[in-house]
Amino acid sequence: MTSSHSPVLTEAPWLRVTLIALALTFLALFLLLPLAAVITEALRGGIGAYWQAIVEPDALAAIRLTLTAAAIAVPLNLVFGVCAAWAIAKHEFRGKNLLTTLIDLPFAVSPVISGLIYVLMFGLQGWLGPWLSEHDIKIVFAVPGIVLATVFVTFPFVARELIPVMQEQGNDEEEAALTLGASGWQTFWRVTLPNVKWGLLYGVILCNARAMGEFGAVSVVSGHIRGQTNTLPLHVEILYNEYNFIAAFATASLLALLALVTLAAKSFVEWRAAQHAAAARLVSDQPAVAGSTA
Amino acid sequence: MSTAAAFSFKRPSVIPGFGLTLGFTLAYLSLIVLIPLSATFLKSTELGWNGFWQTVTDPRVVASYRVSFGTSLLAAVVNLFAGLLVAWVLVRYRFPGKRLIDALVDLPFALPTAVAGIALTALYAGNGWVGQFLEPLGLKVAFTPVGITVALIFIGLPFVVRSVQPVLQELEPELEEAAASLGASRLTTFRRVMLPSLMPALLTGFALAFARGLGEYGSVIFIAGNMPMISEITPLLIITKLEQYDYAGATAIAVAMLLISFVLLLLINLLQWWSRKRHTE
Repeated sequence: MTSSHSPVLTEAPWLRVTLIALALTFLALFLLLPLAAVITEALRGGIGAYWQAIVEPDALAAIRLTLTAAAIAVPLNLVFGVCAAWAIAKHEFRGKNLLTTLIDLPFAVSPVISGLIYVLMFGLQGWLGPWLSEHDIKIVFAVPGIVLATVFVTFPFVARELIPVMQEQGNDEEEAALTLGASGWQTFWRVTLPNVKWGLLYGVILCNARAMGEFGAVSVVSGHIRGQTNTLPLHVEILYNEYNFIAAFATASLLALLALVTLAAKSFVEWRAAQHAAAARLVSDQPAVAGSTA
Repeated sequence: MSTAAAFSFKRPSVIPGFGLTLGFTLAYLSLIVLIPLSATFLKSTELGWNGFWQTVTDPRVVASYRVSFGTSLLAAVVNLFAGLLVAWVLVRYRFPGKRLIDALVDLPFALPTAVAGIALTALYAGNGWVGQFLEPLGLKVAFTPVGITVALIFIGLPFVVRSVQPVLQELEPELEEAAASLGASRLTTFRRVMLPSLMPALLTGFALAFARGLGEYGSVIFIAGNMPMISEITPLLIITKLEQYDYAGATAIAVAMLLISFVLLLLINLLQWWSRKRHTE
């Protein structure tokens, strides 16, 4: 990379060092310091207090609810993402660009509004509220509402990762498989999926991180009932507002750990995807490449 | 519905499953996103035009727009420069730990916003690691609009870096060589040759960071202090109205925010389209 640049194409050494130092200082101040603060504050009371905050029943209930919401939201959006990518990337139809924009819509909506829209649908004052309370079904201020809000905020993740990867792959391999007599399902499982698995995994990792960490949307629909409708991020907020800082930061450190695991998994997937792409380039010769771009 | 139109305008292909996957996609999209969002717009009509206008132009609400817009804009501007610097350093230079730092840039995407919020508050409070040095200088960060800006810089940084990085990577060295061989200084080359090519990506990252900042809630409310008229952001006002069971008022502000977000989304799409067009030329 850098080595290929001739001297005239790079900056003077002192400038290079200054720029690197500036960038690193900025990143340390804005990224590393907050991480370090979470860990230090969490351990301020020693390991005992830290452990106590995590195994406390309300904290365990919050962990369970966070895992439940993610376990429902991620597979739902995974199936949706695969369907959307198949329809959009493998076919040409009118309105495709509009559909792609609509799929990204949840990213443009404030998390608070993402929660509000379900309160307006299913809350007592909402469109379906009277009917739901007549039939004794609770959605808002209960677990279903939390799941719905989580599904909304993580809606585009898998689809938007998968669509460009599938588009780049082209249709040649699928068409070859179908011509050789494979069924649609066989083609998907044996041809398409192996080609896009890293993109798919990448989307799932990001989707899961957001699902477990979402705060604003879930906060609006939760009702904040301890032990029942509190997710981990909401539990952090309650403890913090009660000035129980050690417990708040201990709980937050679990989420910070989740973030670090997410980053590591993401880097690994990126690395494997790059390997996969390099291998594919080696295998495919010039005519095949020309064919896939035509 | 539009499905029928889509079928008749679809280009024939041997690849199966179009009806099934598009049908499921449209049904799921409608149920989760389109119907609830439309219901929100419909709900805001209950107030009538006058009621709606009164709610969204209430002095406290207008003050919250000023806070939200001002802090998001300032944070996005800081990120424009910081993001370009970080992307530049990551693409052009070699230094130990570079891959680790590259991965770390995505931390704001991965770290739950509430965690970022309490961590930044702890750092910038009067007795915090950073706050203790700033407060004697007369700079109060936590519980002021400056604190909101700090949180939004954290949240928005990866948008600019990740928009600029790929474009910077694919910038052709021939252009720089040509400029240098024609006698341009390094700074002139950067300003006149490289910056114009980076512009669409920079603006896209800027717009993405700005849009995200407007709607951001979790990382801001802890550090903001949430004083009405001074450091109260618009999303928080929606929650305040909800807690007072003022559903119509909350909906009116939400609709105003949604309209702004959609305009921004349109703008971002145009920018990306422009960027792609330039790229393929």
